[in-house]
Amino acid sequence: MDTLNALVAFLNFIVIPGLAYGSQLALGALGLTLIFSVLRFSNFAHGDTMAFGTAFVILFTWWFQSMGITAGPLPTALLALPFGILATIAMMLATDRVVYRFYRNQKAKPIIVVIVSTGVMFVMNGLVRMIIGTQEINFGDGARMWLSPQDFKTWTGLAEPLAIKGTAAISVMAALICCALLFWFLQKTRTGKSMRAYSDNEDLALLSGINPERVVMITWIIAGALACIAGTLYGLDKSYRGIVYFSLLMPMFAAAIVGGLGSPVGAIVGSFIVAFSELIVTSAWKKILGYLAPPDWLGDGLYQALSTDYKVAVSFGILIIVLLFRPQGIFGGK
Amino acid sequence: MKKLLLAASACALMSGAAFAEDVKLGILIGFTGPIESLTGHMANAAEAAMAEVNASGKAANTYISVRGDDTCTDAAAATAATERAITAEGVKGIIGGDCSGVTRAMLTNVAMPNGIVMVSPSATSPALTTDPDNGLFFRTAPSDAREGEVMADILVEKGVKSIALTYSNSDYGKGLAESIANAFTAKGGVVTINAAHDDGKADYSAEVAALAAAGGDLLVVAGYLDQGGKGIIQASLDTGAFTQFGLPGGMVGDSLPAAIGPALDGSYGQVAQSDSAGAAVLIEMGKANDPAFDATSPYTPESYDAAALIMLAMEASGSTDSNVYKEKILEVANGPADGSGVKILPGELGKALELIAAGTAIDYDGASGVTLIGPGESAGRYKQFEVKGGIYETVTFR
Repeated sequence: MDTLNALVAFLNFIVIPGLAYGSQLALGALGLTLIFSVLRFSNFAHGDTMAFGTAFVILFTWWFQSMGITAGPLPTALLALPFGILATIAMMLATDRVVYRFYRNQKAKPIIVVIVSTGVMFVMNGLVRMIIGTQEINFGDGARMWLSPQDFKTWTGLAEPLAIKGTAAISVMAALICCALLFWFLQKTRTGKSMRAYSDNEDLALLSGINPERVVMITWIIAGALACIAGTLYGLDKSYRGIVYFSLLMPMFAAAIVGGLGSPVGAIVGSFIVAFSELIVTSAWKKILGYLAPPDWLGDGLYQALSTDYKVAVSFGILIIVLLFRPQGIFGGK
Repeated sequence: MKKLLLAASACALMSGAAFAEDVKLGILIGFTGPIESLTGHMANAAEAAMAEVNASGKAANTYISVRGDDTCTDAAAATAATERAITAEGVKGIIGGDCSGVTRAMLTNVAMPNGIVMVSPSATSPALTTDPDNGLFFRTAPSDAREGEVMADILVEKGVKSIALTYSNSDYGKGLAESIANAFTAKGGVVTINAAHDDGKADYSAEVAALAAAGGDLLVVAGYLDQGGKGIIQASLDTGAFTQFGLPGGMVGDSLPAAIGPALDGSYGQVAQSDSAGAAVLIEMGKANDPAFDATSPYTPESYDAAALIMLAMEASGSTDSNVYKEKILEVANGPADGSGVKILPGELGKALELIAAGTAIDYDGASGVTLIGPGESAGRYKQFEVKGGIYETVTFR
């Protein structure tokens, strides 16, 4: 029974939150890594792109709710998601047309484009504030819990609760579906192959007749869609506040770099590494160890490696370690 | 100058009627600075108390207000203003200061060396409880530490043995969490964890995982209801980590039950709120007063009470010497220990003076339900509540 309790506590406080957070990070990091491999710069505006997309999803959600349209047990935001994605894609393409294309034609150095993307980030941040404000918004509806902790306790008679939030489960499923689609697209379709060719060797790709503008456009479309989905899932699962997406940039970059910048598989693996390290390092293990070890073995300590205040520092730490010892990342990016 | 002349002529008129001594009382609060929007009401309320005593015609002295600016933040300016009020104006008692930091400076640098009584209406730092004051310092505002004690009392009464404690990473949250932890531990409870949370984040699952691991009968959230406090409660409910919460004053507001829903029912806590009959009286007095003041503005009732306490103590001791009348302040504020003192509400200062003259003990309740404890600070009134059906239902006042 004690082992089972320990397992349930581990699932409830580490595995489930880690999977949900990792999935949300992965969708964001995939966009980052795609932009890096095709457009060859680190897009600092990605976090605010997520906020921008989510803002539109919220607006459409409100509109649907005001008309009485809901998705039953699922959040209405899922219905609004396609419209939010369209708005985000439009924004990405417009930004590319107005800003990035100029620098691409100039063959500007990547570092210059990175700084340009920082400028885009500020503009987008301002736009989001103007559109929806800076306050916290909860736009989730439908069934909040798929498995409520109280029900689980009564069913199993265990001391430890297990809870599955609807939004957490949706995040994991959405990440699975998006990844599968993306890999199918990159591996099997002609356009996906041309994207990979362009990413591997720009000159050869141009020689073989690949239209660079088309590749760039597709990249923005995919990155925008992923950003909007990631932002919406994160906002649904936690709560929406325009400025927190900026702070997601750090773990997303850490994830992409750990996996190897430019490698989609790396981005996904990196995201789960970052998400689980944040949880494992800052979690207090007293309860779980208490079930496994005899009570007198453990003192009063919480068995917590780092206070939760330092959660962000974990991604920094991983980033530094990877850059020092394996700068190309686990899956050997660029 | 004009004010001085007016005051002087007013005194000349009065002195014909009785052989009154003119007593100046300093109102030293931050007329400029971060709480300047409050201090106008505070000063008007204190002056209304003086006018009431003067108008009753039953006081041995005539009280004159001297305003000074303690700025709330600048200790040097506050010290200079207090110095000027005492040495140049010759005030016999001070209503002030307002913010805790400058109040400590004024007390240590000026009031103690000169031997002048200070009654602060709004300094709430626990440090002032233990600062040396030669018995000269009083406050009609409760110390922040008091809420911790009240909360610990409630927890013990409810049979809670252990709590997990999380606080907003701010001066307020940290101070409150410390006082709750100290008071609860002193009463034999166990604090399993005392961890900070940052406000304004989206995700509190890591914080809640740590709190859950530490365990406890319930989770006390010393935070803000529209900020991290709400996030912590939501994440705790989502993971089933805690089902019941202790809610201090910062977590009280209608937006919290609205956001959390029925899961918040059964949680309980306390919030500074007076059920004193005097509060309502002062609100009406404030509206009728010239200049009008808003007695619902924070620390305005406390300011009226601070002025009233000084004057009543002066009258009761028959002296305007701080070192003499300071002994009487606790007496007029609390009355005899058996509670036989006659309760005095705002607007009844004349009656209080009559009773004092007749030798009857009074128990000044004033607008904020004054009861001074320890070294002369307000016990404060707290509403103990329990959340039922999304409403903060009053259980009792303590």
